[in-house]
Amino acid sequence: MQYVSPVREPLVTSGKTYHDVTQDICYQVEAAPNIRWMGALGVALILLGIFFYSVYRTLWYGIGEWGLNKTIGWAWDITNFVWWVGIGHAGTLISAVLLLFRQKWRSSINRAAEAMTIFAVICAAMFPVLHMGRPWLAFYVFPLQNTLGSLWANFNSPLLWDVFAISTYFTVSLVFWYTGLVPDFATIRDRAKGKIARFSYSILSMGWTGSAKHWSRYETVSLILAGVSTPLVLSVHTIVSMDFATSVVPGWHTTIFPPYFVSGAIFSGFAMVLTLMLITRVVFKLEDYITLEHIALMNKIMMVTGSIVGVAYITEFFIAWYSQVEYEQYCFINRATGPYWWAYACMMSCNVLSPQFVWIRRVRYSIVMTFILSIIVNIGMWFERFVIIVSSLHRDYLPSSWAMFSPTRIDVGIYVGTIGLFFTLFLLFAKFFPVINMAEVKTILKYTVNDGPTYGGSNDGSRSPAGHHAAPAPYSTPGVPASAPVNYDKQND
Amino acid sequence: MTSPAVTAAAPAAIAPAPATTSSTKRFVLGIFDDEDVLLHAVDNLRGAGVKIYDVFSPYPVHGIDDALGIERSRLPIAAFFYGMCGLAFALWLQIYTLGFDWPMIIGGKPAISLPAFIPVAFELTVFFTCHGMVITFYTISRLYPRFKTPVLDVRSTDDKFVVAIELDENSSQMPKLTQLLRENGASEVNQKEMTKF
Repeated sequence: MQYVSPVREPLVTSGKTYHDVTQDICYQVEAAPNIRWMGALGVALILLGIFFYSVYRTLWYGIGEWGLNKTIGWAWDITNFVWWVGIGHAGTLISAVLLLFRQKWRSSINRAAEAMTIFAVICAAMFPVLHMGRPWLAFYVFPLQNTLGSLWANFNSPLLWDVFAISTYFTVSLVFWYTGLVPDFATIRDRAKGKIARFSYSILSMGWTGSAKHWSRYETVSLILAGVSTPLVLSVHTIVSMDFATSVVPGWHTTIFPPYFVSGAIFSGFAMVLTLMLITRVVFKLEDYITLEHIALMNKIMMVTGSIVGVAYITEFFIAWYSQVEYEQYCFINRATGPYWWAYACMMSCNVLSPQFVWIRRVRYSIVMTFILSIIVNIGMWFERFVIIVSSLHRDYLPSSWAMFSPTRIDVGIYVGTIGLFFTLFLLFAKFFPVINMAEVKTILKYTVNDGPTYGGSNDGSRSPAGHHAAPAPYSTPGVPASAPVNYDKQND
Repeated sequence: MTSPAVTAAAPAAIAPAPATTSSTKRFVLGIFDDEDVLLHAVDNLRGAGVKIYDVFSPYPVHGIDDALGIERSRLPIAAFFYGMCGLAFALWLQIYTLGFDWPMIIGGKPAISLPAFIPVAFELTVFFTCHGMVITFYTISRLYPRFKTPVLDVRSTDDKFVVAIELDENSSQMPKLTQLLRENGASEVNQKEMTKF
């Protein structure tokens, strides 16, 4: 049982019991797939088909299928790579950083956010691998002695750092996620009726029984994984930014890139978490677990990181002027007023202006507004990467090398295709895996305020007709008449 | 929550049940509805000299380690050790390959340029820490994929807290333990036999 400050809203509403939590989360896994899920999976599979077609064209006919040219040798591929990796970062932030900061509200969203991380990294990895042209030689990136000579990989190259960063990030996120899933698989296993279900969830649950000793070690492991994932997530996007920052291309060669990329990653990642959570909570009827309070908190993180990104944009501009380097100055003026002004304007309005609406309480707590904002931010962050990459490259030092980039249908196909890949994986996850960490939500169910009565999670076997207990009586601070929950946020508005 | 007086009076750490040659074990299971009641019960049972086999719960109950006398896990030490191995391996790999085995001039810089080796050294440290620790965790906890999982009470992964106490061949302590568990707030007391547990 935990002690909660009276200013806090309950994290799980409707006074759920432990069994209600199990019931609500396992329902989706156990019930037959609903029509909305099947429809969504159908759309995702169509997009996945586009992905496979585009990959086939790329591999069969070569990189010439993409719109790259002599000047712009990196365009949508690396834009999409950075975009997807960035999206992944919010999952780790929720599962690791918020765990270290003891933000208990993370319990209801961390599972799905971590799944998002893993699937986003899978999508991201597609782009560098496909850009190799011959992905069957992808093992060349690992420090294996070259079969044709005695060469090793070049450890001075940021692209090789990327290989290590992304593969470490992917595998660490995967085991972190899986270890968290094991106790929940055990819950599903012990409820399973069918033979196949019992068999498969028994394999997945690794023989978990909930023994006190296992739980004790499990908590230690979670804490240390969170501890190493926190610097890891920062290092990954730092290294991604070094792909650009260690070059000498004007517009890329800036020391602000690592913190700027990391905050941008968390910004776009939270936007994607919001998009996914707003859909998941409605489709799977999880409004009591992912409450408006959760949405407001995520909105606040989005606003803070969005503002950091805005400051970074302005700082970059200032430093270009202040450095007195004419190439740098030209690059930034060209970004804002050159032929790609529209991409720049889109980036500025989506990433700097739109999150400022979150200051308004009504927007923060509005599902529709949050959904619209989250989509806008995702679009804006895609444009940010496009602006950084293409607008820095397209006007080379010699005007005879100036060029514009236009994507081919294969470029579009691969991008849209990875969205299909992402949603296929996410929908399969949402159907067969518990979308909310049941064990962790059960730990935050029972709480008491100022040594007063205990709320939530009463476990005496009684059940109200609807299957839910009535909401707990509103708690109050001593001396304040019992009324609605005390919410200073609301009062100050 | 845990009353310190009782914990202090409790006997030394519970020894694991003696490994018997017969594969069948008998348990008395005290089923609890609430974690606070459970913690008090565990304290009182151990105070009364009962050897608790294990406690099964749907989520980590804070304070149960102290109540049961479970020692603090040494996994953090293992994790640190793995991390140091990773760091040493990463530095060796980079210095050996680029500095000794096949030195190359890259950007006119020294063959062994340590600042450029930091990112890979960091990533491999994290990689080894995480995977070494997780593999150790699964190994020492004997968690591995099984076709069938023996569970004493399936409700322990849902909403009940189960205290398991091992019985001897003819279950002579059963009446005493039943009474003790009841007195300490168990909502149910069951007996269960388990093969291969």
